[in-house]
Amino acid sequence: MQQKRTHPPESLMGRLTRGTGVPFLTVLAVVTFLVPLLNQTVPPDSLLYLPTYAVSLLGKYLCYALLAVALDLVWGYCGILSLGHGAFFALGGYAMGMHLMREIGDRGVYGNPLLPDFMVFLNWKELPWYWYGFDSFPFALLMTLLVPGLLAFAFGWLAFRSRVTGVYLSIITQAMTYALMLAFFRNDMGFGGNNGLTDFKDVLGFSLQSDATRNVLFVLSALALAGGVLLSRFLVTSKLGRVLVGIRDAESRVRFLGYRVEHYKLFVFVVSAMLAGLAGALYVPQIGIINPGEFSPINSIEIVIWVALGGRGTLYGAALGALLVNLAKTWLTGAAPEAWLFVLGGLFVGTTLFFPRGVLGWFAEAPWRRWFSRSSLPSRSTASEKGGSW
Amino acid sequence: MVTLKEDHTPNTILYLDGVSVSFDGFKALNNLSLYVEPGELRAIIGPNGAGKTTMMDVITGKLRPDTGEVFFQNLNLLELDEAEIANLGIGRKFQKPTVFESLSVLDNLELALKMDRSPWAVLLQHRSPEVQERMDAVLEQIGLQHRRQELAGALSHGQKQWLEIGMLMMQDLELLLVDEPVAGMTDAETEQTAALLQQVSGERSVIVVEHDMEFVRSLGGRVTVLHEGSVLAEGSHADVSSNEQVVEVYLGR
Repeated sequence: MQQKRTHPPESLMGRLTRGTGVPFLTVLAVVTFLVPLLNQTVPPDSLLYLPTYAVSLLGKYLCYALLAVALDLVWGYCGILSLGHGAFFALGGYAMGMHLMREIGDRGVYGNPLLPDFMVFLNWKELPWYWYGFDSFPFALLMTLLVPGLLAFAFGWLAFRSRVTGVYLSIITQAMTYALMLAFFRNDMGFGGNNGLTDFKDVLGFSLQSDATRNVLFVLSALALAGGVLLSRFLVTSKLGRVLVGIRDAESRVRFLGYRVEHYKLFVFVVSAMLAGLAGALYVPQIGIINPGEFSPINSIEIVIWVALGGRGTLYGAALGALLVNLAKTWLTGAAPEAWLFVLGGLFVGTTLFFPRGVLGWFAEAPWRRWFSRSSLPSRSTASEKGGSW
Repeated sequence: MVTLKEDHTPNTILYLDGVSVSFDGFKALNNLSLYVEPGELRAIIGPNGAGKTTMMDVITGKLRPDTGEVFFQNLNLLELDEAEIANLGIGRKFQKPTVFESLSVLDNLELALKMDRSPWAVLLQHRSPEVQERMDAVLEQIGLQHRRQELAGALSHGQKQWLEIGMLMMQDLELLLVDEPVAGMTDAETEQTAALLQQVSGERSVIVVEHDMEFVRSLGGRVTVLHEGSVLAEGSHADVSSNEQVVEVYLGR
């Protein structure tokens, strides 16, 4: 194991795709290519035909996967267990939903060119100031990143500076999303109350009901997931990523080395919130609705289960976990709806007890992993797999 | 900014005067005064509860004293936080070896290297050949050359202690605080650690808190005895170990 002298610095491409990167991105690329193909070119009576609703369903999973990657970035690498990441997702979703509401224009039930239906219904006379600008798509897109980012910045600045860590931090993130849920349920907040925002017609002039738009949204979700994973890889494979892992493993050591731990936590928390916001923004046009239920604490806890199940601190595992759990959810809520929550709870308990490193961790540890080429292992070190808690 | 100390005393790097800390009425430090010279290797001994770790917490900014003054090269440490104090060149070795277990030995050393520590700068920092050379030199000193690529978590207890000392060496420190470095070490490891600490001092000041009297003697520097939060005696190892009060409260023989 003697590896004397300097390694040449690893190329950026190598850094981004090392480990499970190549198989993951390859599968994602194939799916991104195949799904629109099977939907658009295969005749509907064929066995291979993929109905449009399934395209949007898969698109939804990809948004969830991006959300899981965002959570893994803060939890898996920096040890910040956020139980409120659903809030950033929902805020991104609301920002996009506000734009889609404005796009409806005078085609609403009440035909008011300026006010969304729910405002007319509430007898409002003018658009609240915080709705200004959302008629512009670029502005709304910016807001899907900025609003979650700013909330994360304000929240993180207060929490990390006061050195709130561990379970206390988890609890206040949970309180944050719960408070937002209660606020968004109120009609006078101006976000549609408990009905939320819905009845969207089109985006940038393309009908949201058309197959083509839905396929494009699916492809965009896949690209966002790939981009989010690559950005996260870039961060975690940099020296900054090693500082984050240091904070996760021995926070006071990092502090006594002279790093400002709170700045690092803030940085990664804001990046993660923005990724979650982007996921929410892509989710809403595919689902066709955003309501305060997205802020509910259970949603945020579910994200944690996806990441734990897939394997935290791997990024790809988080995405995989989101896909697996949601496939199971879609199937089970159809087959035996009352069983779902028990299964979800069981999954979490089972993962914690039997696969503490998740599906990907178990896969990497399995004895037959030698058949798999070395390069495909998601580990940094060749010397010892056991000690790493990625 | 940081206030400077008025009376300039050229021959102290660390100056503690009248420092008191109490927790719920218990006086962990009671009017403690301590002066350390540049390049000195100072051992601090004392029974449990004498205030050794509390003193380190005060110097490194983890704890604010109720009263007293703490100056490092004329800089008032009481106005700075941990990260600022660390960047002044004061390093700390914890009692329990504290390294980054899921990072490699090299990565551990690299994170300790004194460089710009802001997130944006760190994001783009690369391991240059100079950094590599520096790490090789430290690896040699701490005897971990052959384990450079391994995860720190796979090291033995003694090796983790050395790695942590190595990390402090990478930091370009002026003052190094070491909390019970040989607890749980074998005799051979203890000897190597004493040699390592002697090597480290000279260029910088080192304060070692230790229980093991044999180890303190092998260090060879001045010894300060703490008792109930203040200094009981100070001098060479021979002086303090023959001091009657010290024998009574600490050595108990």
